[in-house]
Amino acid sequence: MTQTADPRAGAPAPVDEIKIGGLGASRRRVEDNRFLRGKGNYFDDIVLPGMLHMEILRSPMAHARIKSIDASRAWAIPGVRLILTGEALATRNLGWMPTLSYDTQAVLATDKVRFQGQEVAAVIADDPYIAKDAVTAIQVEYEPLPPIVNPEQAVAPGAPIIRDDKLGQTDNVVFDWEVGDQAGTEAAFATADVVSRLQLHYPRSHPCPLEACGAIADYDRATGKLTAYLTSQAPHIVRAAVALIAELPEHQIRIISPDLGGGFGNKVPIYPGYVVAILASILTERPVKWVEDRTGNLISTGFGRDVYLDGQVAMRKDGKILAVKMNTLSDHGAFFADAQPSKFKIGLMHSAFASYDIPYAHMASRGVYTTKAPGGVAYRCSFRVTEAMFFQERMVQAAADDAGIDQAEFRRINFVKDDDFPHRTPYGFLTDSGQYNKCLELALKEIDYEGFLKEQAEARKQGRLLGIGISTMTEPLGAGNSREYDILGIKMFDSAELRVHMTGKAMLRTGAKTQGQGHETTWAQIVAHELGLPAEDIVVEEGDTDTAPFGMGTYASRSTPVAGAAIAMAARKVKAKARKIAAHLLEVSEEDVEWELGRFYVRSQPARGVSIQETALAAYSNMPDGLEPGLEAVSYYDPPNLTWPFAAYVCTVEIDPETGVWDVLRFVAVDDCGVRINPLIVEGQIQGGLTEAYAMASMQFITFDADGNCIGSNFMDYLLPTAWETPGWELHEVVTPSPHHPIGAKGVGECATVGGPAAFVNAVVNALSHLGVRNIDMPMLPDRVYEALTKRTDVSGAPPVKTD
Amino acid sequence: MFPGRFHYASPRALDEAVELLQKAEGEGKVLAGGQSLIPLLKLRFASPSILVDINNLPGLDYIKVESDGAFRIGALARHGEIERSDDIARLQPTAAAAVPVVADPIVRSRGTLVGSVCHADPQGDWAAVMIALDGSVTAYGPEGKRSIMVKDFVTGPFQNVLSYPEIAIEATIPAPKGDVAGGFLKLERRVGDFATAGAAIGLEFNAGRVSRAGIALTGVGGATVNAEAAAEALMNSSLGSDAVMRAADLAAEASSPKSDHRGSADYKRHIVHTFVRRILAGIATDQERAA
Ligand SMILES: Cc1cc2nc3c(=O)[nH]c(=O)nc-3n(C[C@H](O)[C@H](O)[C@H](O)COP(=O)(O)OP(=O)(O)OC[C@H]3O[C@@H](n4cnc5c(N)ncnc54)[C@H](O)[C@@H]3O)c2cc1C
Repeated sequence: MTQTADPRAGAPAPVDEIKIGGLGASRRRVEDNRFLRGKGNYFDDIVLPGMLHMEILRSPMAHARIKSIDASRAWAIPGVRLILTGEALATRNLGWMPTLSYDTQAVLATDKVRFQGQEVAAVIADDPYIAKDAVTAIQVEYEPLPPIVNPEQAVAPGAPIIRDDKLGQTDNVVFDWEVGDQAGTEAAFATADVVSRLQLHYPRSHPCPLEACGAIADYDRATGKLTAYLTSQAPHIVRAAVALIAELPEHQIRIISPDLGGGFGNKVPIYPGYVVAILASILTERPVKWVEDRTGNLISTGFGRDVYLDGQVAMRKDGKILAVKMNTLSDHGAFFADAQPSKFKIGLMHSAFASYDIPYAHMASRGVYTTKAPGGVAYRCSFRVTEAMFFQERMVQAAADDAGIDQAEFRRINFVKDDDFPHRTPYGFLTDSGQYNKCLELALKEIDYEGFLKEQAEARKQGRLLGIGISTMTEPLGAGNSREYDILGIKMFDSAELRVHMTGKAMLRTGAKTQGQGHETTWAQIVAHELGLPAEDIVVEEGDTDTAPFGMGTYASRSTPVAGAAIAMAARKVKAKARKIAAHLLEVSEEDVEWELGRFYVRSQPARGVSIQETALAAYSNMPDGLEPGLEAVSYYDPPNLTWPFAAYVCTVEIDPETGVWDVLRFVAVDDCGVRINPLIVEGQIQGGLTEAYAMASMQFITFDADGNCIGSNFMDYLLPTAWETPGWELHEVVTPSPHHPIGAKGVGECATVGGPAAFVNAVVNALSHLGVRNIDMPMLPDRVYEALTKRTDVSGAPPVKTD
Repeated sequence: MFPGRFHYASPRALDEAVELLQKAEGEGKVLAGGQSLIPLLKLRFASPSILVDINNLPGLDYIKVESDGAFRIGALARHGEIERSDDIARLQPTAAAAVPVVADPIVRSRGTLVGSVCHADPQGDWAAVMIALDGSVTAYGPEGKRSIMVKDFVTGPFQNVLSYPEIAIEATIPAPKGDVAGGFLKLERRVGDFATAGAAIGLEFNAGRVSRAGIALTGVGGATVNAEAAAEALMNSSLGSDAVMRAADLAAEASSPKSDHRGSADYKRHIVHTFVRRILAGIATDQERAA
């Protein structure tokens, strides 16, 4: 008998990608080793010699003219080193600073206070107790002005002009902006059989990272260098901004973002506290630490949402959507400080209806000033996509009901089909890929949709209120192609720098900044996938602008789509060089060198090969003539498009008709985020996102009373759900790789927060739909649900809070 | 957290603690579980000159049932210990129903029942439980001990009748003279939330008829509400639907809630009504089952 020779005879066994922690490995998070041991290094853990402490005095009033500030009693307290007011800052041209949306924001108030909690003065002292004592000793005389807590009040005739500091600002309107085809939309509406209309308010929410914001500014007069440890999701943007605002040379500014206790969009903006701490360090020539307290964080820093919708869907009788109209009215607080790409005034709100095949759409958006905190940050979403998807799925539910078509069927009729990609959305985006129906069908099967509808009908006969809610989402993630996306002119690419050391261990630095997403784990897996180096041999560093390549930071689920792609590209550059070295070591020409994970070998002689580690050693010890030593590469990645994940969420609830209390019975989530680098981390992101969605739907919001007082500036009123009441999530997956991302991944960090809320609201509204209820504003607190079910009306949650 | 400056003492004997409070002339504060006082210090709503920490005083961490069925709960008995007490679970249904919804497990491991009653938060749970059970507090001061009914002890929001050197050392639930029944329901927005509205009911039965009744409400007034008339309406009844409805009506009437972001006054009154009905209906069902 003849035996065919084993072609791999003599070659080492192939590398098992999962074993080395490559793509698809559910590796435990390496960063947890230090977090779980209490060895994280947050900015508040950093103590510098001679460090002073700063505390901020905040306005107790929503809107008032500052008549006088008397700090003499504070100066008299021993240990007080410096007191700064708006006036003192103004003399250095720092009274106001630019926002990320081309507006200005008071650093410390000079003329008026414009929201409760606004920064009025700062004390720098030997310790934080003294600073706090001194802050309470400052006397400020205020002349009250009328507060404005919603857009209706803002545009009412005779409303006081909040931004009287701005030349030519004669009303409280921030912008009027529109997108879409108005004529086409109107024409389509004229031919519609059914027009469905829905009005609602997405309440103000707050990202509320468990670590509040803060900074340590350390200006060294001798070297002229400013080092600032600061809670930032985007340290390079901070460096650029400080260079512009504080007029320090950029090479003399080092921003270090150490371990962050969450960000959720809250740590993208530049806050007055950072600026004042930096100035204080320059003036005192001592390091100055500012730690924001919980109330400071909730009352003054970047909030999310606060948008009113008036939406209309035009349909044919058979349920086919012909056109969509969305009018949004957004409340931006006292300063337009949204952190978002410059071109778009209301973020990516126009990503709405991206997963539906709709020929025409028009959106008119107005933003207004109110006497509330500024912000409008992308709270765990890609710039207002949370509102876009919430509005979309609430409008879709109302439209299906108005057309008398089953909720699931209505979506099937209108979804973009699998073979229709890339697809131009009605507002002009280009979606990349998806299997929308497959995701929905899987979710319906898992929840037993038909079975539940029967159960619901039975239960209604006994006076029990069961409801089912469907929500689907897609989201433009990975801003994001430099033609369209920039912040203050800086294009939104990202970067990675990979250095492979002599022994085959590697260091990877990126322009992103992890805040709990697990970059240190997943990034190493991308390199492992590309080079076959074990993930544990790769250390990941981010957040120090002196060492990391320039990047736009982490928010809007952009890191895997952009920085993740840059990592793959940097690894491929390293591999290209390693191939040259391998050819040299194997004494063949480069064309004859083949690659398998972790190893180069000579074509048709698999046994003759060198490992990636061997090429690394040679890069420093035995490089070929004419080749530079070393094995490293930098990649700046400008994505060709955004990545578009998809999700289908289905939730069932039961409402207690006597109290309005509702409970989640089941929640099924099907997520398609393309290729999953680390399934464990992906699932963690989805569970966290769903928990935040549940929070928004059930309990979490910031509101205001008629006097402009903020309700929700502490944990007694700003409610974060705990493990005790959070429902269990049933997770499933579909994989549609992104066609343009180097490893087929899409963003996922935010999908569940974006798509989740509508599932809960749709379920509760569905339980009450037979009573004529079309909307209950979030959070669906029991009293609101009770009001809806007893009065058979919609319930608005818009501020001011109703009092006796 | 950066409270104002204060002195701290951790006495080992009760008399020493009283002496320290005496010296502070009303500017001192007792520190028990700290679950209400520490937040007040943090917000600088309270700026005492001295904190007298009673956690090291010996012999105050008991939950005792007397032979006649009376409960004595020491000033250092934590909510969590009450939650895990077999005696409470077996013999005291109102407290047993309340304790799992007081705060969250973390707070329950530190906070004390006596401290909660002293704190007199209009949204607190324990004062309502104790009023519904005719409970009292034992205070110890320079003149010795005195006992005060909880319904007279709590005088307003965050106010009690203790004079400043006095320390509450014990809470007592009197011995029942009939079969004990009771319940507690609370509407909260989340675990660990204070009550939007809550009702505590303690009953005793003799020969199937109510021989003692107490109903108290939390979250629906400037102080814990003692719904005496509602309780009275149950006396001598066997919890028939008329008596139950009457009690629920009177309890709702006794409450004086405010409309706020947790709900309208009408809604909160409706919740009181619903909860009183539900607790009583539950008790009635249990009674039937037992009979
Ligand atoms: C997150 C959170 C959630 C909570 N949720 C709830 C809830 O749902 N329901 C509820 O009822 N409570 C709740 N609480 C409050 C909690 O129950 C407190 O433990 C309780 O109110 C006070 O008990 P304490 O032992 O902690 O008292 P402390 O905080 O130590 O003291 C409170 C006050 O009482 C005084 N005091 C305490 N003990 C004595 C004494 N022996 N003699 C004289 N004066 C005394 C103190 O001087 C102080 O003024 C919550 C607290 C927190 C932090």
